[in-house]
Amino acid sequence: MNSRYEVVIGLEVHVQLTTKTKIFCGCSTRFGQAPNSQTCPVCLGLPGALPVLNHKVVDYAIKAGLATNCQIAPHSIFARKNYFYPDLPKGYQISQFELPICERGWLDIELEGSEKKRIGITRIHMEEDAGKLLHADGQSSSVDLNRACTPLLEVVSEPDMRTADEAIAYLKQLHQIVVYLGICDGNLEEGSFRCDANVSIRPWGQKELGTRAELKNLNSFRFIKQAIEYEVERQAELLDDGGKVVQETRLFDADKGVSRSMRGKEEAHDYRYFPDPDLLPLKVSEDWIDQVRSTLPELPQAKLQRYQQEFGLPAYDAGVLSAEKPVAEYFETLVALHDQPKICSNWVMSEVLGALKDKGIDIVDCPVTPAMLAGILKRIADSTISGKIAKQVFDGIWSTGKSADQIIEEQGLKQVTDTGAIEAIVNEVIAANPGQFEELKGGKDKLMGFFVGQVMKASKGKANPEMVNQLLKKKLSA
Amino acid sequence: MSFQNLTIQQIRKKLIAGELTSVALTRACLERIQATNHQLNTFITVCEKEALAAAEAADEQLAAGNAALLTGLPIALKDIFNTLNVRTTCGSKLLDNYISPYDATAVQRLREQGAVIVGKLNMDEFAMGSSNENSAAGAVRNPWNSDHVPGGSSGGSAAAVAAGQVVATLGTDTGGSIRQPASHCGVVGLKPTYGRVSRYGVIAYASSLDQVGPLARNVEDCATMLGVVAGYDPADSTSVDCPVPDYLENLAAGVSGKKIGLPKEYFIDGLDAAVKQAITAAIETYRQLGAEIVDVSLPHTDYSVASYYLIATAEASSNLARYDGVRFGVRKDEGAGLISMYQQTRAAGFGDEVKRRIMLGTYALSSGYYDAYYLKAQKVRTLIRQDFLEAFEKVDLLLTPVAPTPAFKLGEMINDPLQMYLSDIFTIPANLAGTCAISLPCGFSQEGLPIGLQLIGQPFAEADLLQAAYAFEQATDWGGRSPELS
Repeated sequence: MNSRYEVVIGLEVHVQLTTKTKIFCGCSTRFGQAPNSQTCPVCLGLPGALPVLNHKVVDYAIKAGLATNCQIAPHSIFARKNYFYPDLPKGYQISQFELPICERGWLDIELEGSEKKRIGITRIHMEEDAGKLLHADGQSSSVDLNRACTPLLEVVSEPDMRTADEAIAYLKQLHQIVVYLGICDGNLEEGSFRCDANVSIRPWGQKELGTRAELKNLNSFRFIKQAIEYEVERQAELLDDGGKVVQETRLFDADKGVSRSMRGKEEAHDYRYFPDPDLLPLKVSEDWIDQVRSTLPELPQAKLQRYQQEFGLPAYDAGVLSAEKPVAEYFETLVALHDQPKICSNWVMSEVLGALKDKGIDIVDCPVTPAMLAGILKRIADSTISGKIAKQVFDGIWSTGKSADQIIEEQGLKQVTDTGAIEAIVNEVIAANPGQFEELKGGKDKLMGFFVGQVMKASKGKANPEMVNQLLKKKLSA
Repeated sequence: MSFQNLTIQQIRKKLIAGELTSVALTRACLERIQATNHQLNTFITVCEKEALAAAEAADEQLAAGNAALLTGLPIALKDIFNTLNVRTTCGSKLLDNYISPYDATAVQRLREQGAVIVGKLNMDEFAMGSSNENSAAGAVRNPWNSDHVPGGSSGGSAAAVAAGQVVATLGTDTGGSIRQPASHCGVVGLKPTYGRVSRYGVIAYASSLDQVGPLARNVEDCATMLGVVAGYDPADSTSVDCPVPDYLENLAAGVSGKKIGLPKEYFIDGLDAAVKQAITAAIETYRQLGAEIVDVSLPHTDYSVASYYLIATAEASSNLARYDGVRFGVRKDEGAGLISMYQQTRAAGFGDEVKRRIMLGTYALSSGYYDAYYLKAQKVRTLIRQDFLEAFEKVDLLLTPVAPTPAFKLGEMINDPLQMYLSDIFTIPANLAGTCAISLPCGFSQEGLPIGLQLIGQPFAEADLLQAAYAFEQATDWGGRSPELS
């Protein structure tokens, strides 16, 4: 990133909410339905139709506000944002302008190797989405209004970020929160979590902000980073050459890795915002806020802290396990059944997440439930099986759905702890490799591993490795 | 067959008793419309087939002893009401081909009570006008004198009742659009309190001011109609969940002991002499009926027309954005792209007055002007509402003229919009205050044009308003007269 100038970034994020019905009518928000099949006079903007607020959307907005440390406004107003576009049926979007539902929040971000940094959240407001234009034949366009009137939250940050990495850290945390809250499916590619970035630069030490460009069409974290870095470089080159940055909206082209101007300041719309006379001012009581607060889950940042403090996990483990709510739930269920957090963490991070990734399965559909996994860990703890055999048991449960004990029993995987039986195998292995045994005796310690391995192999992994070690040492000193 | 001297309740009794059938009544209306519509131009759409089918169904209900409140009664609707599978044009060329896929809540309530919908009535385009000259379907003529306007915007609704084409009609009132034409046509028109009747399905002009109300030949019929359409509707967030009383129950309670206020700002120079005389006589009638007449002041009255034309046009500029030719209505497109399609559609589809108000409203909301115009107008509105609330601490009702003059001539004011706007000066304040008001006949000019009296009531006190209007109607013989149509 360019070091000649200080970079200033503010972000506007549109979070599509997962309520069952739309924000101002009773139509379903389901995707993938036949065009215009999820519509009614209200979301089609037919003459005479009127909006009625879906209170579930308010619940979700309050959730988002509480989770991002915002003040929840006791009195907020819906406003009309007026502009013409074929995907906007009424010719205005119902949004919030002067009095949004949430204001003055913040998130703390932490980048590796630097201090915690607080990013301000200016406001969160509720609004309706527009429909979609379909350009099928290149000749004409069609409009699908299934998405029209589906609920969105717009989360506006303060211009507090100074690098693309900070912007990404903020976005990832916000993304994690809305998904954790269960108010958004978090899909960036499908547009459920959309980000616009306002980027400007200024010479170090300058107080006033530089002229900003607004970047649009950023549908992955990678593209957001690319687009910001491209924009900073573009603006720096302009200033270096004695030019000026103009206020404009730029569209990022992910294929080419560049952005191009979409519209300048003079083409900017005058949205003629005014309070929507069809909707009453929204009153949110303390009781309403308390009731929503009582439904808030423990958030990822809190879990991250708790896993380190309460479970003594390393920060890395705590980060992986708390990143996604279903993983955290799996882990917490497992620990509740098997009170050895670090062992549980190892198993979840390596075996469980690894197998899920290989098979492309979601953790909520994991064939090895926390209870089944606890069954394995219990048998390791009481020395019935070794850690290595345990992985075989895990695979067995995965493919059959049987319990750990059933698999151990059926496949005869019980660890051999009978000294006589192990000693017999040790003797066989020594007899088969007399030369190496002499070398081992002569001080070539490296061969110890070879002998342990041979014994384990001969026992099909069932010999208790510790006992094998002890017996071999006894033979050496004999 | 004539029903013009009967109230809805009297017709209803005859229908229930089998002395009259809905089919006969409906046919009589259809014939009357046929005979007079070329002269008055009240109807934009006549639903003959649907009306006769509904009348037959009503007669079956009546025969089975299942009469609802309006079973079999032929009524008509201002063309601003969405009516399922019926053309709903709102007086606009842009909606010339628009068949609505749904019923407005008020229409649904009328249907539930068995009303027979005979057709859709002429109006100023998108309810913008005070003369019914701004209609794509052409001007409506005043039944008392066809050289004169019927008033607007519910001109068709008022004239149809006056001419005996239907028993009663529904109109809408944003700045006087029920009361002023009722006054000009010699019928009774009620603008209920904002929130009393659902606006769902009523094509919006100015959402914070629009209100649905009845027009009828007498006060009792207005009470009957209001009782059917009033009440909370979850589909309209601005409708109010407040119980609907039986408006007929104490209609004859009288005005003895009531305090009636005369706002001095409404008795101005320039009031037409005939109007002044009729109102003065009406005041005297109320005094004789036992009411106490009190002088009051509504000090911000002067600002009401100005603030109305900012607020109403601002809301209209946004409400009318949906008429873009994309999803419904008449699209004009010469293939020169989207913006051109918008421009052609709206240029061809909207009339001059609608364009004028959209431009005014767009300007009032524009960045840099919002505070000076829209916001200031809203503050004035608060003061005007305050005026009324203070006056209602002293009096039960206010009595004023409806309009400064009787109905003016066609074409007389059409080129002077400002003068036309000023003719709404007495009706606009009740809309800004959101309260209820009624217009009822109180005299005739020397040329034989009706003059109306306005009573303004406290919010949700429609029952009081109707009682006071009924007392006047019973004590005088201005109401219920019928014009002679050639």
